[in-house]
Amino acid sequence: MTRITVTVDGASYTDEVEPRMLLVHYLREVVGKVGTVVGCDTSNCGACTVHLDGRSVKSCNVLAVQADGREVTTIEGLATNGELHPMQAAFHENHALQCGYCTPGMIMQAVDLLNENPNPTEDEIRQGMEGNLCRCTGYHNIVKAVAAAAGASERSDA
Amino acid sequence: MTAVDDRPTTEIGTARRRKEDRRLVTGRTRWTDNIQLPGMLHLAMVRSPFAHAKINGIETAEAKGAPNVIAVMTGHDIADIQGVNITAWPITPDQKSPDHLPMPLERVAHAGEIVAVVVARTAAAARDAAELVDVDYEELPAVLDLKAATTDEVLAHPDLGTNKSAFWQLDSKAGGTGGDIEEAIARAREGGIVIEREYRQQRLIPAFMEPRSTVVDPTGEQVVMWTATQAPHVLRFCIAATTGLPESKIRVIAPDVGGGFGGKLQSTPEEFITLAVARKLGKPCKYTETRSETMVSAHHGRDQWQKLTLTAEKDGTVTGLKVELLADLGAYAALVGGGVPVLGAWMFNAIYKFPAYQFNTTNYYTNKTWVDAYRGAGRPEATYAIERLMDELAAEVGVDPLEIREKNWIKHDEFPFTTVAGMTYDSGNYEAATARAKELFGYDELRAEQKRRRESGDPVQLGIGVSTFTEMCGLAPSRVLGSLNYGAGGWESASIRMLATGTVEVVTGASAHGQGHETAWSQIVADRLGVPFDSVEVLHGDTQIAPKGMDTYGSRSLVVGGEALVRAADKVIEKAKPIAAHLLEASVDDLEFSAGQFTVKGTDKGIGIGDVALATFAAHNYPEGVEPSIDADATFDPVNFSFPHGTHLCAMEVDTETGATRMRKYVCVDDIGNIINPLIVEGQVHGGLVQGIAQALWEGAEYDDQGTLVSGSFVDYTLPTTADTISFVTDHTTSPATSNSLGTKGVGEAGTIASTPAVVNAIVDAVRQFGVDDILMPCTPERVWKAIRSGGGTQDAATTPAQQAHFDEGTPNQDPAAGTTDGVVQ
Amino acid sequence: MIPAAFDYVAPTSLDDALAALAEAGDDAKVLAGGQSLLPILRMRLNAPEKVVDLGRIEALRGVRDGGDHVAIGAMTPYAEVVGDALVREHAGLLAKAVETVADPQIRHRGTVGGALVHADPAGDVGAPVLALDATMVVVGPGGERTVPAAEFFRDLFETAVDDGELLTEIRIPKHTGWGSAYEKFVRVSHQWSIVAVAATVRVEGGSIAEARVGLTNMGSTPLRATAVEQALVGSSASGLADACAAAAEGTNPPSDLNGDADYRRHLATVLTRRAVQKAMEG
Repeated sequence: MTRITVTVDGASYTDEVEPRMLLVHYLREVVGKVGTVVGCDTSNCGACTVHLDGRSVKSCNVLAVQADGREVTTIEGLATNGELHPMQAAFHENHALQCGYCTPGMIMQAVDLLNENPNPTEDEIRQGMEGNLCRCTGYHNIVKAVAAAAGASERSDA
Repeated sequence: MTAVDDRPTTEIGTARRRKEDRRLVTGRTRWTDNIQLPGMLHLAMVRSPFAHAKINGIETAEAKGAPNVIAVMTGHDIADIQGVNITAWPITPDQKSPDHLPMPLERVAHAGEIVAVVVARTAAAARDAAELVDVDYEELPAVLDLKAATTDEVLAHPDLGTNKSAFWQLDSKAGGTGGDIEEAIARAREGGIVIEREYRQQRLIPAFMEPRSTVVDPTGEQVVMWTATQAPHVLRFCIAATTGLPESKIRVIAPDVGGGFGGKLQSTPEEFITLAVARKLGKPCKYTETRSETMVSAHHGRDQWQKLTLTAEKDGTVTGLKVELLADLGAYAALVGGGVPVLGAWMFNAIYKFPAYQFNTTNYYTNKTWVDAYRGAGRPEATYAIERLMDELAAEVGVDPLEIREKNWIKHDEFPFTTVAGMTYDSGNYEAATARAKELFGYDELRAEQKRRRESGDPVQLGIGVSTFTEMCGLAPSRVLGSLNYGAGGWESASIRMLATGTVEVVTGASAHGQGHETAWSQIVADRLGVPFDSVEVLHGDTQIAPKGMDTYGSRSLVVGGEALVRAADKVIEKAKPIAAHLLEASVDDLEFSAGQFTVKGTDKGIGIGDVALATFAAHNYPEGVEPSIDADATFDPVNFSFPHGTHLCAMEVDTETGATRMRKYVCVDDIGNIINPLIVEGQVHGGLVQGIAQALWEGAEYDDQGTLVSGSFVDYTLPTTADTISFVTDHTTSPATSNSLGTKGVGEAGTIASTPAVVNAIVDAVRQFGVDDILMPCTPERVWKAIRSGGGTQDAATTPAQQAHFDEGTPNQDPAAGTTDGVVQ
Repeated sequence: MIPAAFDYVAPTSLDDALAALAEAGDDAKVLAGGQSLLPILRMRLNAPEKVVDLGRIEALRGVRDGGDHVAIGAMTPYAEVVGDALVREHAGLLAKAVETVADPQIRHRGTVGGALVHADPAGDVGAPVLALDATMVVVGPGGERTVPAAEFFRDLFETAVDDGELLTEIRIPKHTGWGSAYEKFVRVSHQWSIVAVAATVRVEGGSIAEARVGLTNMGSTPLRATAVEQALVGSSASGLADACAAAAEGTNPPSDLNGDADYRRHLATVLTRRAVQKAMEG
C-alpha cells in the first residue's frame, strides 16, 4: 500500500492505496466521486475523463499513485454554488445527452477543449472531442453544445 | 398534411429541456455500479475461451484459498436455484431450443460463456482469484459460419441433432393478401425484370455505453435486484418463472441505465448468477462487467444472409418480392431471439404496392454469442434489403431511384392501405416527405455535381443514396403477439396519483434509459390535467413503484405507454368530476373541464383540480357512492401498430484511389405523427442515424476460425466519434397516427432503420459506373477499393495525376457478381 | 480492468531510476506516460512485479535547442511536442505526426519516449523520427550511448534499449525550412494507423532537392522508404507518382480486419504521393 494525498474537487484526501489502483477506481470507490464512470477497458471511450492538474486525462489510464500531490477535478466539481458550469448548461440547453453515461467525460473534455481553444470551428470541436464515445446522440447536439458554450463565453468576455 | 392540434395545449409540441439532465450533467447519477451495500461481496466470472467445449472438470481449490475470497462456485453449486435463460418467442410450435443455463454444467457453446464465479470481498481480489481457477476443457468441433451451419456437418448442440431452430413463412397467396409469388417470378422471367441479390446483414454489437452491472440484496423479505436493464418487469417474470423464487418476493430496480438499444432487454446469465450467489451466501453481491466481457457475452444483433428476388414489369412496376433469410441466432435462442427476423416479415414490402409477396426465414444455431434485438430488430434488415433492391431496379430500368419509388409507393390518398403482408397502414404521405427532403438536400445540384465529377474523371466520385423507409412501431397488439406465439402481451400501463399539495405522481411501466420519458410524460400530463410541467414527477423502473409494465423497446413507450397515460389522466378527470360538482353544488352534467379547472357552464363558478385533490385527500366532504380518491390507473393494449415513415437522402464521396468514403450531406424528413417534444425527437433521430450509418461504414463483429471474437474491444469494434460524423439536416412532415389519441407513431428506431441503406446506396451509386452493384457491410475502404478494382474501374495507384481516374462511362458492364466483395476479409 | 498487483516506485532522478531498474531486474516495467502500458496491465496481458514510474523526473521533460538539433526529453508529453515552437520550426514533420496520435486526453499523458520504446509498429512517432534521422540517447548502468534512429527499432515492440536502460532524449537534426506532411489512414479517428506515411522535403526552385520518407505499420518496425527518397530528388509536384510507386517495395505489412497486406501496400504508394505533395506545399 502506498500513501497518497490528492486534492479532488477542492478537498484534500489522504489514503493508503494499492499501487495498481486506477485513478478512476480511487475516485469512485475510495473518494466516492461516482459521477465519473468507466465505459471501457481500452481507454477508447473517454467516459472517465477528469482534469489532472488542469488538463484532461482518461482516469482509467492513470494510476492513483501517479496523482499523489496533484489536483483532480471531476464532473462533480464543475458547478459552483449550485450554478451549472456554462458547459453543463450548454449540454442541457442543447439536448447534448440522452442516457447521460458519456456525459461527465464529454463535458470534462469539452471544458478542456475550450480552455485550449476558446473559439473553435466545428471541425476543431469534432477533432477535439474524438477521444469520447457516445452511443445515443449521434454527436450532433454535443458538437452544437460545445459551440454554444464557446459562443456564450465569448459573449460574456466581450 | 400538417396536423392542427386543436387541444388547448401549451406543453405538447414544446421543446422542453429535459428534467433528467440536471443530475446527469452534474454527475449526481445512480448507475447500478455506484451502489455500495454493507458487507457487499464482489463477483468475477470465469469464462470459456473456447467456442465449443466439454467441461471435464473445474479445479477451484487454489482460488478458494486466495486472500479475501469467500466462495468459488460452478454450475453444480447453484444448479438448484440458478434458473434458465428462456426464450419468450418460439416462432413455431416445433422450434428447437437448446437449454440455456446461466452457468452450464457440462458443455459451453460459445466463447465467453461462464463456467465458474469467484466471490470475494473486493473486485480486485475476485479478479485475482478468477485467474487461479483451472478448467479442464475438451474442445469440440465448432460451427462458426451461418452457411456452414445449414449443412449440419458440425453441430452447435449435438443433442439437438441439427443446427436448424425453426422455419417461418408469410405468404401472400396463402394469407389471402396477395398473389402467388412463384407465378410472379415465372412471368417476370419471360417478359419482365428479375432482380436477384444476396445481401449480408453483418453481426453487430449494441455497445451501450454503460457496461452491465447487477447488485442483489437478499437480506430483506424481498430479494432486491438493481440491474442495468431495459426490462425490469420482463426480467422479474423470467426470474420467477425459472428459479423457484415467487414473483412477489422479487423486486427489480432499473436505476439510471446507460443506454440499451435492445442490448439490455435480455434476461442474462450474469443477472441470474448474481442472484443465485447472493441467495446462497445470504449477502449482498455485485457484478459489474468489463467492456471486453460485454462484447463477448451481451447479446449481439442482426447476422443474416438475405436471398432476395424482386420482379417487375419492364417499366419498373413491381410485381413480386420473395425473401429467403438465413438467420444466425448464435448459441442460444435469446429472449426475443428467433422472433427478430420474423419482425421483418411485414416490412420487406415497405411502402410499395407489391401484388405478390413471400417471406421465409430459417433460423440456425452456431457456436457464437447469442443474437437478439438491436435497435430496429428485424426492420432494419427488411428496410436495407428493399431499399437496396429499389436502387437496383432503378439502375436496371435506367431511371432515377426516386422515380422508381414514386412509381410504386402507396399514394397519400390511398390510406388506410392494407399491404400485401396484411398490415393496414393508417396514415402517411410519402410524396410530401420526399419533396421536402429533396428541397433540403439540393438534390438536383448534387446530381449535377455527380455528373461533373464523373465526366471529368475526378478521383473523388460522388454518390447519392435514397431510402424511403417505413417501419412498424408500438409493439404491440397483444392479440397479434399471441397469434405469433410470443410469450407475453404488448400492453402498457400508467397510474396517476393526485397528491394533496397539488403535485402529481405519474407511474409508467415503460422503463426509460435515456429516452427522456420523465420530460415527455410530464408534458402530456401537464396538458391533459392542466397542471404545471414542474409539478409532475414521473416514476418508473422499479417493480415495487411501477408494478405493471412491459418496459421500453420497439419504439413502444410513447405510442403504447403514452396512450395509457392519456387514459389514466382522463380517468382522473372523470373521477374528480362528481367531487368537483359536489363541492361546487352543481350538477355533474353542467361541469366543464379545461386547463385544470372545473367550471359550471354559464357561470364563473369553478374549482381547480388541485383543490379537488386536496378536498379528496381530506375527504371531509364528498358525494355519496363515490370513493374518496381521484387517482387512476389505465392499461392500454393497442389494436394496431403505427407506421412512421420518412425520406432519407445521403451524399457520399468515394476516394477511388483508396476506397475511403466521406459523408458529404445527410438529410432526413421523417413523419412520426404528432410530436410531443421536438428536442427529444431530434435527439432520437440523430442518434439513430449514426447507429445505422455505423452499420453501413464501420461496425462488424468478426470471429476468427477458432471462434474468438476478434473485434472484442473498442479498439477493434470501431465505433464512430465526433471526428467521423457530420451534422445532419432533419425535418418533419406530419400525418397523425390513428391508433392512439395523441397521434404519435414512435421515433426510437427510425434513424437506424432508414440510414443504413441510404449510405450503402450512395456508395454503390458512386461506383456503379465501375461495374459495382454491391459492397459488403461495413463498407470498409478496403472493400470499396477492391470492389472498384474487381469491377475493372481503377488502376494501381502508381499513376501520374494525368493518368488518374480515367474511368470512362463506357466501362464494360461486369457480371453483377464480379462487383461484390463476398468473402473478402472474412 | 484491474491490473495484477505490483510494487511501485517513482524516482525523482535518472540515477535513482536506473538503480531501481537494476534492483528489479527482468520483472520491472518502465512507466512513462502509461497510455499503452496501463491498458496492457488492465487486460493482464503483462504482470510486472515492479513498475518504475519516470513521471517525477523533471530532467527528462522538455524541449531544448541543441544547436544543430532539437533535443526532446523522452518524458515530454505529446501535447507539449505538438505545441513546441522549436519542434514546429525545425522538425515540423514530428509535430504533424504526433498531433494525430490517439486523442487529446492521451496526448496530454503519453510521451514521445514512451511511444518510441514501446515500439508499436502502428504508432505514429517512429516513422517521423526515422525519417528525420534522429539520434536517440540511451542511458544505462554503463553510462550514456547514442543510437541512430535507423538502428533503434529492432522488431515488433523491440528496440535498442536493453533491460536496465532508459531512453532519455531524442535529438532531431534541424530540418529548418523543410516542408512536411503526415498522411495517416484510419477508418475511425481514434484508431491506430492502418498505414501512415511521414514525408519531409526540401524544395529548391519548385523541385525536390532532398526528401525523407518514413512508413508506419508497413512491417514490424517503422520503415524508411529510401528508394522513394532518392527517386524524388529532382521531381516537381506534377511528377511524383512514378517516384512514389516503389514506396511499398520490400515491405511486409500485416493483414487484419482493416486491410490485407496487398491493400496496405497499395495505400502506402498513394499516401506517399499525397504526403510528398502536401510536404512540397509546406
